Amino acid sequence: MLYRVAGQYKTSYQADYALFPVRQDAFLLGIILIMAFVVLPATANDFVFRALLIPVLIYALAAMGLNILTGYAGQLSLGTGAFMGVGAYACFKLVTIFPEMNILVAVLLSGFFSATIGMAFGLPSLRIKGFYLAIATLAAQFFLVWLFQKWGWLYNYHTSGAILVPNIQMFGITVSGPTATAMAQYYFVLGVVALMTILAINVTRGRIGRIWKSVRDMDIAAELVGINLMKAKLMAFFVSSYIVGVSGALFVFMWRGAAEAELFDVQLSFRVLFIAIIGGLGSILGNYLGAILIVALPVLLNVVPRALGLPISSSMVEHLNTMTIGALIIFFLIVEPHGLARFWQIIREKLIIWPFPH
Amino acid sequence: MDLLGRIFVKPFQDMAAAPDFLIQVVWEGLVSGTLYALIALGFVLIYKSSRIFNFAQGIMVVFAALTLVGLHQMGVPALLALPMTLVVMFFLAVAIERLVLRPLVNQPDIILFMATIGITLFLIGFGETIFGGETKRMITRELYIPAGSTIFEPFGGFVAIEHLDLTALVAAILLVTSLLVFLNKTRIGRAIRALGDDHQAALSVGISLSMIWVVVWFIAGIIALVTGIAWGARAGVSFALEIIALKALPVLLLGGLESVAGAIIGGLAIGVLEKLFEIYWGQPLMGGGTETWFAFVFALIVLLFRPQGLFGERIIERV
Repeated sequence: MLYRVAGQYKTSYQADYALFPVRQDAFLLGIILIMAFVVLPATANDFVFRALLIPVLIYALAAMGLNILTGYAGQLSLGTGAFMGVGAYACFKLVTIFPEMNILVAVLLSGFFSATIGMAFGLPSLRIKGFYLAIATLAAQFFLVWLFQKWGWLYNYHTSGAILVPNIQMFGITVSGPTATAMAQYYFVLGVVALMTILAINVTRGRIGRIWKSVRDMDIAAELVGINLMKAKLMAFFVSSYIVGVSGALFVFMWRGAAEAELFDVQLSFRVLFIAIIGGLGSILGNYLGAILIVALPVLLNVVPRALGLPISSSMVEHLNTMTIGALIIFFLIVEPHGLARFWQIIREKLIIWPFPH
Repeated sequence: MDLLGRIFVKPFQDMAAAPDFLIQVVWEGLVSGTLYALIALGFVLIYKSSRIFNFAQGIMVVFAALTLVGLHQMGVPALLALPMTLVVMFFLAVAIERLVLRPLVNQPDIILFMATIGITLFLIGFGETIFGGETKRMITRELYIPAGSTIFEPFGGFVAIEHLDLTALVAAILLVTSLLVFLNKTRIGRAIRALGDDHQAALSVGISLSMIWVVVWFIAGIIALVTGIAWGARAGVSFALEIIALKALPVLLLGGLESVAGAIIGGLAIGVLEKLFEIYWGQPLMGGGTETWFAFVFALIVLLFRPQGLFGERIIERV
């Protein structure tokens, strides 16, 4: 009904493979972008910015990085948290060594550090596959977090062992540090995330994306048709770790404000992996849906009992939260193992053919 | 030159200078290695029979130990609490099979892996809600586990062996032996191995998938209980155990995901090597704390030469 495709004729293959084969898709995206850039910032308060909007965007970006590696190139990784850490620490060092550098440049540059390290830890993927590779990436996870703790140079030998974000201005507006407004940070994050999303969509739809998909579906067959496996896998690790690193820099500079090594532990890796899987592997849209679910859920679960006036202690709420999230993850996996993105696809198809069942 | 000396010469000189200390370190390594091996065994059993990478084994250890201690605190005598915990673990196995695994049959590996992480989160929340999050003391005395220690004096030195650790070692050996007998000599054991070889062939000769899954998860629960008692006696029962259980993962890498022998040998090897590395290389040269990553990096290096682990099944790939 809303998705009437009648009258939208395709006269070339190019039109059929366009980013928006159906006009309504572009229209819907337009509405979402207006929401994100105009409506939400105009109506949100500080709590909504810091508890919902900014973390959703940052987690979605991290999950997108992981999704390129796991969903598109088929290499399971459990080291996302540590690679986010590399991005954050690299950004911190860049900002302290070159204080006059534009923060946007620093954030975008810091991704290259995590990309390089991610590629190095991706080398075993040439010989190891499946769960063996997943555990192997845990080596990166634990080693890097240990390094963040022990290598004083990384946090400028601060006695607390943590990195503290200084006040940084960009074009006269404070975007980072204790005095930054939530709205400035939101727009900064939104800009970077939008840029990365365009990049990710284009990479995954193009030649490189198709190479990755063929490696994911069957790497031996891909090799036989002339794909250089080493190049393809390492490139996937590079691009994925770059995006993850940028999200890590945003994570600390635009949201947390300070970070200790423990922040980037294996729990963070799992949270990002949840978002990617619940959202849908091999989908860009899914990362946003998954992030909305995983970030918004705890906030909602915190608010609901208080709103109902139930006398539950805060530690009890936390325990119930963990339990509910676990149960919901299982529930979503059973209902739709291919993630929320597939869910949306099904709805969209139903809307297109409505009122007919097939 | 000096650095090379400190890496390649000095540690061995230290070892030779204090052989009694070396024995103590190796013993400590063996004991923690036994516990790694036990957790890894739980993983291997489930992986062999269902190709599920069971991430929840670690939390099952915590949950079993918590149930045991919790029941005792509610006034149940210790020797009665033990079988009651087994009953709880059995119902947990049934619940997991009914509610989680059965609806997810035939899904990709990664989905099942995620589901076990979901189980992990659920059990963490559930355990904390019922038993509380604080560290508890394991009821070793009530279970008649001997305390105290025996002191040897080799090379004129001093080596202390805790009776607690000795008991854990003996219990582990008994458990593994009975498990091997069970897998190799009984009907159900044969069915488990058949499922591990070929799911569809096993189903077609009438082996019940869901029954075997319950059995396997229950056995994993028993192993978890033994591990929980042994580890809880050393470090207290808390949710921190769950993090330590991650250490069983490199053991799996080293030994191979399908091999019972690999889990045991890999566990012992990693237990000993990481202790030696921490004491002789980690603390003097790198500021300590290397135990968190050494096992993973070591397993990774071994894996570069043998991608399926030391004892894993060779992966044959066809297009």
